[in-house]
Amino acid sequence: MYAFNYHRPSSLDDAAKLLSSASDGKFLAGGQTLLPTLKQRLASPSDVIDLTGIPQLSGITVSGSAVTIGATTRHAAVAASAEVKKAIPALAKLASGIGDPQVRNMGTLGGSIANNDPAADYPAAVLGLCATVHTNKRTIAADDFFTGMFETALEEGEIVTKVEFPIPKRAGYVKFPNPASRYVMVGAFVAETADGIRVAINGAGPCVFRHTEMEAALAKNFSPDALKGIRTDPAGMNNDIHASAEYRAHLVGVMARRAVEAALG
Amino acid sequence: MTISVTMTVNGQSVTREVEPRTLLVQFLREHLGLTGTHIGCDTSQCGACVVHVDGRSVKSCTILAAQAQGANVTTIEGLAANGQLHPMQEAFREHHALQCGFCTPGMIMSAIDLVQRNPNPSEETVRHELEGNLCRCTGYHNIVKAVMAGAQAMRG
Amino acid sequence: MTNQAANQGIGQAVRRKEDFRFLTGQGHYTDDINRPGQLYAAFLRSPHAFAKIKSIDTTAASKKPGVVAIYTGKDVAADKVGGLICGWTVKDKKGEPHKAPRHDIIAVEYVRHVGDQVAVVIADTVAHAKDAVEAIQVDYEVLKPVVDVREAVKPGAPQVHPDVPGNLCYDWEFGDKAATEKAFASAAHITKLELVNNRLSPNPMEPRSAIGEYDPGTDTTTVYTTSQNPHVLRLILCAFVFGLPEHKVRVIAPDVGGGFGSKIFNYPEETVCVWAARKLKKPIKWTSDRTEAFLTDAHGRDHVTHAELALDKDGKFLGLRVDTMANMGAYLSTFASAVPTYLYALLLAGQYTTPAIYAEVKAIFTNTTPVDAYRGAGRPEATYVVERLVEAAAREMNIDPAEIRRRNFIPPTAFPYQTPVACVYDSGNYAKALDEACRLADYANFPKRKAEAARKGKLRGIGLCAYIEACGLAPSSVVGSLGAGVGLWESAQIRFNATGTVFVYTGAHSHGQGHETTFAQIVSDKLGVPLENIEVVHGDTAQVPMGMGTYGSRSLAVGGSAIVRAADKIIEKGKKIAAHLMEASVDDVTYDKGVFSIKGTDKQVPMAQVAFTAYVPHNYPPDLEPGLEASAFYDPSNFTFPAGVHIAEVEIDSDTGVTTIVNWVAVDDFGKVINPMIVEGQVHGGIAQGIGQALLEGVVYDQESGQLLTASFLDYCMPRADNLPSYKIGMIETPCPHNPLGVKGCGEAGAIAAPAALMNAITDALGTEKIDMPATPLKVWQVIQSHNFAAAAE
Repeated sequence: MYAFNYHRPSSLDDAAKLLSSASDGKFLAGGQTLLPTLKQRLASPSDVIDLTGIPQLSGITVSGSAVTIGATTRHAAVAASAEVKKAIPALAKLASGIGDPQVRNMGTLGGSIANNDPAADYPAAVLGLCATVHTNKRTIAADDFFTGMFETALEEGEIVTKVEFPIPKRAGYVKFPNPASRYVMVGAFVAETADGIRVAINGAGPCVFRHTEMEAALAKNFSPDALKGIRTDPAGMNNDIHASAEYRAHLVGVMARRAVEAALG
Repeated sequence: MTISVTMTVNGQSVTREVEPRTLLVQFLREHLGLTGTHIGCDTSQCGACVVHVDGRSVKSCTILAAQAQGANVTTIEGLAANGQLHPMQEAFREHHALQCGFCTPGMIMSAIDLVQRNPNPSEETVRHELEGNLCRCTGYHNIVKAVMAGAQAMRG
Repeated sequence: MTNQAANQGIGQAVRRKEDFRFLTGQGHYTDDINRPGQLYAAFLRSPHAFAKIKSIDTTAASKKPGVVAIYTGKDVAADKVGGLICGWTVKDKKGEPHKAPRHDIIAVEYVRHVGDQVAVVIADTVAHAKDAVEAIQVDYEVLKPVVDVREAVKPGAPQVHPDVPGNLCYDWEFGDKAATEKAFASAAHITKLELVNNRLSPNPMEPRSAIGEYDPGTDTTTVYTTSQNPHVLRLILCAFVFGLPEHKVRVIAPDVGGGFGSKIFNYPEETVCVWAARKLKKPIKWTSDRTEAFLTDAHGRDHVTHAELALDKDGKFLGLRVDTMANMGAYLSTFASAVPTYLYALLLAGQYTTPAIYAEVKAIFTNTTPVDAYRGAGRPEATYVVERLVEAAAREMNIDPAEIRRRNFIPPTAFPYQTPVACVYDSGNYAKALDEACRLADYANFPKRKAEAARKGKLRGIGLCAYIEACGLAPSSVVGSLGAGVGLWESAQIRFNATGTVFVYTGAHSHGQGHETTFAQIVSDKLGVPLENIEVVHGDTAQVPMGMGTYGSRSLAVGGSAIVRAADKIIEKGKKIAAHLMEASVDDVTYDKGVFSIKGTDKQVPMAQVAFTAYVPHNYPPDLEPGLEASAFYDPSNFTFPAGVHIAEVEIDSDTGVTTIVNWVAVDDFGKVINPMIVEGQVHGGIAQGIGQALLEGVVYDQESGQLLTASFLDYCMPRADNLPSYKIGMIETPCPHNPLGVKGCGEAGAIAAPAALMNAITDALGTEKIDMPATPLKVWQVIQSHNFAAAAE
């Protein structure tokens, strides 16, 4: 790691000010991606601003129509929340499968979606459930939030404060982990929401995306069989030593069918 | 530039001036001389460095010492009380769940956290929950047996 | 003998003496040790697989905070430091010695693999040393590398070393070529396979680490390091690399966190620490990070093989011929040349009476990390060839795979058995192990389970592997004649204290194997001393007599036998003391489990009293030296040959290509077992590494750039708890007839047996032999796809 200054502000305003006054500041939430990056000397921020000292960024609230999760809420807290399990079991299940138990004890929702690693879990839930991302400046619809590999609609200095997940009629999430890293190699989050069927695919491409052909098929018939004939184009899929683009494209179909099965319980 | 970090480690309050880039594992090993917590990788995968921070297992290679400011940290050195092994340590000994011993501290710290969350885990749960801990010696067979037995002992 | 000692002796599942310190975080691994005034080394490593170093500029780096010194290969060369050596010289088909090009501890003119050492920074902290490493400027002329042996032997391939034409380290042969050709000419059936034995990274959980320290007052150099064989390392450092006197160098291998072969070897980093410590007169510490470990720990396996088995019409094996290319990597590591030759071809008879065997092995240099012994070392490769062939032959000839093995086993009555590839097998009962394994695996009912799985849409397969292992490489005269630069005996010393407690010094080294318990059990059993009164000391050349260390599952068969011999000497001397105390003739003294007595009387003297008398010799035989200690060196007359049968059963999800191991049976014959708990633990660990090889692990280089694509646990797939099943373990026992304990060795068996068993199960499930290790979900899915397409095309 290169040397840096460390700050732990207790308010959003202070956090924003610290960032703007730093020559190259970085926000730290759970640190489960940032710290490995720093350890590999792949980034050299002048200042690291720890957001976990800001009380209003943490916590889970469930209303009749939505589950709202604070940005610095740990994955383990979401996974263990009885209210989340009841309202959106697929979301609790997703959180319970991120990384490993130690990562879940540190990693946060805000950190995950702000980083937008193609192999991260949470982006699939945000997009699949048509969630709304709240920041210290505005709200951003899920469809507008994830803009590319490791890229989001967040502006410089903008901090995710919470994410509001509408409670779907039913939803399911199934992933195929990378055999070595256990990050998502292909994942599918399928939900029947008030706005219709949504299918979000993560891990397979450079950025989480909606599979509109599957959404249309499931809108007609919400069953695994409805997806059987749908072929995903390997073009644009990620390709590495663990999975070819063809294999990933194939797994998109398998994971989506299994996610539908999970949604149907 | 250094910052002052204070935390409670194995029941004792400690304060050290450290560089902000100091990881908790470096704080424990280099500043406190608690070398029972090991470093086995650079990518937060192996789990040799697992300790408890406020009762939850974390990889001490992936948390700054500064992030543990004010926290209550337990390391492998803090488990045995008055020379009496913790039931999980005892189960590892009884079931030959360690060979070279290098992964053992992290494995035990993860296992205790696992049992605290799942007091009566199935074999499948144990295997899945140990996802963040690598062992190269035992093939996990005896570790799984030990964690199940340790869970039973911890239930009392 | 106390009752307590009775429950602690040979055959008892005694809980380990060493565990308390490990369980409580009080082990002392090398990186836990810090010396006063210590500085830290960090290496600049080549980012290129093959390049010429045009210039190195350390000006900016040397001005960085905390930097004490920066050295390049030229500085090392100026001090006339020798290169690293290969300790085993293999002679090729023409009797010429292998090519062992110079291996500098810091590269001088060329870098030959990604991670090769280019410079070292010595600084006051690790962070400062790493900061300065980044500031060193190197101008490289990048050259085209070669990483695959099949490419490296082609005309016009990049030449890794100018003095090794065609990248050929040696072209070696073994066995009777003419007899084998004749056998094939008469065969009713020939089974042929193309096999790749994948390259592996050993990955002990403790990364390598070293501290070099020099004391000018006594002119003594001390090396703390992660070594499986501290005396061997001392010998190499003194006699070959530095030209230092051995009595002025002390090597300490403290607690070592696993080795699996990778910590046998003499590496550049520890050598640089020693050199720099002597130069700067400061302790110099280096600890590998995991990526450095992937780049520089010697890898294992990496064979490409064409193999053929000739059979008669009844499935009797007539002949076996094998043509292997073995990747040596960029340099010849410490024992690399022996692995694909004497540790490989000599095991190709397997458990069978195959009368004619011929093997050709070409060892090839490439621009990759050096390859050397990794758990099993040559023997897993041999078993993989034999057992894949046997299973494939059974399928082709429509003979049950268990049955074809039974027809060809060496019968229990045939031991000692001379194979056509030099080995004389000591003892065994192969059919018994197979029968027991089949029973534990419910082999007979497998077809029902396969049909049931098919109804659920799963592909189910079963695979057998009847493996042979050779442990305790020996005797020294023979290994010497085959090119070994060392003897392969072991030492032991037993030293009583006046109060009856005992030190046991062993030249073997424990890095997880539990010697502190097993060896204490032997001593407890022989000398009647309770375990808690026995301290086993290992890993320090200043304390322990010259010894050869631990590898090749040799510690118990060779080191344990040395302990028995030393204990026998203690008893012999003890009889003289006891006879004096009981006022009897030595000839009338008998000894049993810690008690000396006189035949036909109730006179008794316990061992503790003998020990006290030896050190407080007020009433003592006048012609006898005081003291009670004995040394022994044991050079075995032969290898031992553990053997057994593993059966793997798998289910494959054809939608995803995921293989799930649903059952694993291992029945092993390790001869006499001292501590069954420890032995089973060794089996478990070996199986896990074998499953890792077959299903998960593989070192991958980019073919064009030579970059290591699996340089962290994010890409190199290590077995985790949820990849593996619990194992069913059975044991049979045919004692080794030629060592005093009757033991054979157990450390590598699992890693030898598991890959073939698992791949035989997977190929059974898939219905094709054409899949290489590791059988990842991607590869399995691709095989299933090609089948489907083939089926669709029909």
